[in-house]
Amino acid sequence: MPHDHHDHDHDVPHSHEGMSPSGHPYRQDQDTPLTYWQNMEIAIRELLIEKGITSELEIMHTIDQMDSRSPADGAKVVARAWTDPEFHTRLMADASEASREMGFDIGALKLIAVENTKDVHNVVVCTLCSCYPRNLLGFPPDWYKQRAYRSRVVKTPRAVLLEFGLELPDDITIRVHDSTADMRYIVIPARPEGTEGLSESDLAALVSRDSMIGVARAMSPE
Amino acid sequence: MAEKVRVSTMMPPGHVRTPAYLRGKTGEIERTLGPFSNPEQLAYGLEAEKLPVHRVRFTMAEVWGAEAENPADTIDAEIYAHWLKPAET
Repeated sequence: MPHDHHDHDHDVPHSHEGMSPSGHPYRQDQDTPLTYWQNMEIAIRELLIEKGITSELEIMHTIDQMDSRSPADGAKVVARAWTDPEFHTRLMADASEASREMGFDIGALKLIAVENTKDVHNVVVCTLCSCYPRNLLGFPPDWYKQRAYRSRVVKTPRAVLLEFGLELPDDITIRVHDSTADMRYIVIPARPEGTEGLSESDLAALVSRDSMIGVARAMSPE
Repeated sequence: MAEKVRVSTMMPPGHVRTPAYLRGKTGEIERTLGPFSNPEQLAYGLEAEKLPVHRVRFTMAEVWGAEAENPADTIDAEIYAHWLKPAET
């Protein structure tokens, strides 16, 4: 489950026959007709451009902007929360405003920060689709969008977290957050022990994407 | 004392943001957000009513009964106000 794809599951017997020289499967060229929804997307995009509501350049710019966002941005927010108690207070009150304050252009994102403590562990899902704080963290991992994760983590979160290598004792309460409507969620992982002397940027390097979804802890320093 | 609410069991068609697995379940309001436009109207380009959205906290015991992995663990979900009624105690 923790892997985004299974091309490298070398513990499973498999053959490299028909694979590229690097051992990856060849992908089919897309020589098939457009689907209904692909046609619909093109038609709407062309209409919006013809009517002057948007332009090709603006669309490319928006795609570039989406591509430039990454979990590193969220990690900086977490590290600031670990080191600056007043920022932490503002983040817990309004995570969107606190992220903007750090200079992140998150657009209309409405964000809630949920914090892991010694008693509580938080994990985020969108059972209905794939809602994710993309405007701060970039694109979600593939597994986040798959039915297996979405349907199982609300029912058996402990079993799912165990598959990610995260075992939680029974006296820690798990809070699953289902992003069903307007808000998006970022988990503020617990600050690892032995990090007292670290700088904010060294701390940010310990914060993985998965720890901000809640399927991992923040990493410990080497 | 947090307000106890029960999610409606209605099953309307359309762009509904209330997960089926929470319908009929009782939880406590964790916080209230919004008002936000009702997605059931907004998704179809209709004039959308502005509604409060409640973050409701359900226990695993309430949602999954005896199958719950750990009854005290919780699920929080955002539910539009028109889906919620005060729960009878």
